[in-house]
Amino acid sequence: MSAGEPLIRWDWIAGHLDEFAQRLFEHVELTVIAVGLGFIVASALSLFILRLPRAEGPVTWVTGTLYTVPSLALFALLIPYTGLSILTAEIGLVSYTLLILIRNIVGGIRGVPADVREAAIGMGYTPRELLWRIELPLASAVIIAGVRVATISTIGLVTVTALIGQGGFGFLILIGIQRFFSTELIAGAVLSVALAISADGLLVLAQRRLTPWMHAA
Amino acid sequence: MSLLVDVLRWFADPAHYQGSDAVQTRVIEHLSLSGLAVLVGLAVALPIGLGLGHTGRLAFIALNVANVGRALPSLALLAFALPLAISLGLGLGFWPTLFALVPLAIPPILTNAYVAVRNVDRDVIEAARGMGLSEPGILTRIELPLALPLIVVGARTATVNVIATATLGALVAGGGLGRYIVDGLALQEYDRLFAGALLVAVLAIAAEVGFGMFGHEAVPAGLREARPVL
Repeated sequence: MSAGEPLIRWDWIAGHLDEFAQRLFEHVELTVIAVGLGFIVASALSLFILRLPRAEGPVTWVTGTLYTVPSLALFALLIPYTGLSILTAEIGLVSYTLLILIRNIVGGIRGVPADVREAAIGMGYTPRELLWRIELPLASAVIIAGVRVATISTIGLVTVTALIGQGGFGFLILIGIQRFFSTELIAGAVLSVALAISADGLLVLAQRRLTPWMHAA
Repeated sequence: MSLLVDVLRWFADPAHYQGSDAVQTRVIEHLSLSGLAVLVGLAVALPIGLGLGHTGRLAFIALNVANVGRALPSLALLAFALPLAISLGLGLGFWPTLFALVPLAIPPILTNAYVAVRNVDRDVIEAARGMGLSEPGILTRIELPLALPLIVVGARTATVNVIATATLGALVAGGGLGRYIVDGLALQEYDRLFAGALLVAVLAIAAEVGFGMFGHEAVPAGLREARPVL
């Protein structure tokens, strides 16, 4: 950002495509692990809430408080225990997905019309079949909407993990800020936004595949 | 366990309440930066959200601005704001951080204001129009009070996000509580790092709880079932 330096130096970008590919891989890896693990934990907690509605208050309170804690603060609070590691990053990232995912999984399953459920029970569905063959397919649109929000916000949060030695594209932003090099920081920012938009597009396509009845002519 | 003792000792040390790096100075810096960002966000987003809600136009934009806002990572906003502030000659620290925070405050306020006004019962508005209220009168005397609880929710989301993100200002030589975290990381002083993180978390949770109480006050009796969007 010194005088005379262009905002974007295309020759630098052309020379760093290999690094971009590596950062992309890191960014996707951190995101997929976080959303995947988050989904498993959120599913377990959601089933628990659906079985035991009394648990909803405490679970929402805990995940809501975790969600409110600023990301950099949460990572910082973990560092003395788990160090500058991928574990620190993932504990934080998974925590942030829980509130969004649980809200959508529980909301989606509760939103299944009562008469549909009764019809299935009347036809002899066991509780397990009811969940897998009726409730989950009907709730999948709402659940995938939650996965979309969780994925987009995780891709954004991954950039912050650059401060604890991870970060994917966030690494480019951080180094760009430290070196005062606008090309690198803008490249990091643009690539992470582009990744968020592409991931969202892919999930929309996945949802169309999984819920064809919602798009019948 | 010894870390907690270190952190308590850090908070008890009088040296941390003096000079430019004093706790109270950092808290005030953090709150004034966050407060200004939310106020600017309100000034920009509230008229647009209310106006779009009143006319019912451009719903697509009003609703999607929230999704776009979520897709913009805070660190990326800071990355865009830094060259902008420097090219405007505003330097490091306060201004680039403010530039990064305002776009973060706008989406939840705008979308909630829009949805809140759209949710006002159309019969009530017809009745007001029939009783001779002007369009601005309908907006300020009918729609705004009925929309207030959801608007407060939008402002709460914006404030919590902004307080959380203002921490990143320390990366561009700004003040605020992020200083403790960034410096603590750089110097490997975990008591300072932990103290800063704790203070930011407490501020964010206090904002959430504070707005929750204020939001409860703002709810007219008939509106208890209104649901926030964000």
